[in-house]
Amino acid sequence: MSAVLEVRDLAKAFGGISAVDGVSFEVHEGEILGLIGPNGSGKSTLFNCILGQLAPSAGEVRIDGRAITRMRPCDLNRLGIGRTFQLLQVFPQLSVRENLVLAGQEHQGSMWSRLVGRRDAGLGASANRMIEFFRLTALTEEKAGALSYGQQKLLDVAMAFMAGPRLVLLDEPAGGVNPTMLAELRERLREINAAERATFVVIEHNMEFVMSLCTRILVLAEGRIIAEGAPAEIRSNPDVIEAYLGG
Amino acid sequence: MRMPRNARAIAAAVAVALLVAAPFGLKPYGIYLLSLWAVMTIAAIGLNLTLGYAGQISLAQAAFVGIGAYTAALLTTQGWPLWSAFLLATGLCLVVGWLLGYPALRVQHHYLAFVTLSFATLVFLMLRNEEWLTKGVYGISGIPRPTLLGWSTKAPLDFYFFCLGVLALVSAAAWWLIRSPWGRAFTALRENPIRADSLGVDTRRYTLMAFAIGSALGGIAGVMYAPLVQFIEPTAFALNLSLNLLLMVMVGGSGYFLGPFLGAAVSVLLPEWLRFSEGLYLILYAMFVMILMAFCPSGLLGLAERLRKPSR
Repeated sequence: MSAVLEVRDLAKAFGGISAVDGVSFEVHEGEILGLIGPNGSGKSTLFNCILGQLAPSAGEVRIDGRAITRMRPCDLNRLGIGRTFQLLQVFPQLSVRENLVLAGQEHQGSMWSRLVGRRDAGLGASANRMIEFFRLTALTEEKAGALSYGQQKLLDVAMAFMAGPRLVLLDEPAGGVNPTMLAELRERLREINAAERATFVVIEHNMEFVMSLCTRILVLAEGRIIAEGAPAEIRSNPDVIEAYLGG
Repeated sequence: MRMPRNARAIAAAVAVALLVAAPFGLKPYGIYLLSLWAVMTIAAIGLNLTLGYAGQISLAQAAFVGIGAYTAALLTTQGWPLWSAFLLATGLCLVVGWLLGYPALRVQHHYLAFVTLSFATLVFLMLRNEEWLTKGVYGISGIPRPTLLGWSTKAPLDFYFFCLGVLALVSAAAWWLIRSPWGRAFTALRENPIRADSLGVDTRRYTLMAFAIGSALGGIAGVMYAPLVQFIEPTAFALNLSLNLLLMVMVGGSGYFLGPFLGAAVSVLLPEWLRFSEGLYLILYAMFVMILMAFCPSGLLGLAERLRKPSR
């Protein structure tokens, strides 16, 4: 299996504090990799370095063998990398449909054709399919800001998939979502993974969610990887229990 | 709840009919005010695009109106047709506006306001001090009104209809732009640039485009302003005008398509309507603006939306 994402010796320091300290790992096509660790272990910083939101102090990131370190987030997205953020990031003044069209429109045609072409950039049908897939049909024309937290979370995740990415990095998708909505979200992610062979990296504190969704898990503590393996191995790893899971 | 399409079409037709009928029976000063409203609306549409939709504060809009006005004055007093001024001013403001957008890639909010304010001051000083070109504080007089395919716009009424025609064209273009994927990207840039960037929206390019297009509309307003007043001098394009245009956008409703139309009406026409109160009219006007901004910072259209759709 080829590596979709390769991270080599990635480091990020803020002043004298090392948030990410020489992290290396690979993610293979179709894999769902979980990234867990205590608060402040460097998970989100690692995401932000991979995705160009932060410039790493050292190290290299490759997508399909191509170096992408320090590439701009918009260019990474056009390479087929989607993401969600720890905090909700929908556009409250746009409708659900418009949020989804926006999430895909920059992949359609040229800048000029987006000005003179169709208002929905030819994405109306795709947006409708995504709305249906994430069970948001009744809310299609509602402004995103008027949705409940859980519905906004689903929309946030749906937006990350709108452009048909090869790799999606999800930062705490389960945070603040009620159990019913969470099961819904897990099912949707599994279906996309199975149907599209999409590759995921998931940061999550909800152990039940991450253990049941991911095929492999990395554990981060103080900016370093302290364990790696299948969910069952991670559950019983003494280092992980001591650093994160507890007795 | 949005207004149904038919209702919107009827409202637009009624508004156009009112604007066409408005000047009849008015004295030249009344027609001048209506023309000034149309011109200022164009400049405010530009600022609304930069500020209201794309979220980039600018105190430089008056400078672009000035660049447009001086381009028109210099060219038309030398015998060039007004359309050449339209082309040159639009192009010039597009380029200068694009360049002015670069600081917005590094600074935001009040810092950006100061950067654009500095630019506006620079343009004002150039207009005042470069006498060889602008005639400095003496200004440029005798700016002719155009003749279009045999139709002379010299009379106030004719020039008003010319202004209305240009406003209609600019409004149609702005409407198209706002409803296109570009408009959606501008809104995303305003609401959450980091998320927009992560979705492939080239926020750098859209920021520059927002400045360039908004500035170009300021230039177009300037090209209209010069033949309207027929005499221009630098103080007309000083900070006061930038603040006034900002007020128009905020009072009408920043980020609403019709905001600049209403805001320009409040700013240009309301002080005149309040003249019945004689010496109190500016006080009444200031109180109206302060009360509106204090209780409804989203402007008149924001207030209308709040009344139509009470918070849940």
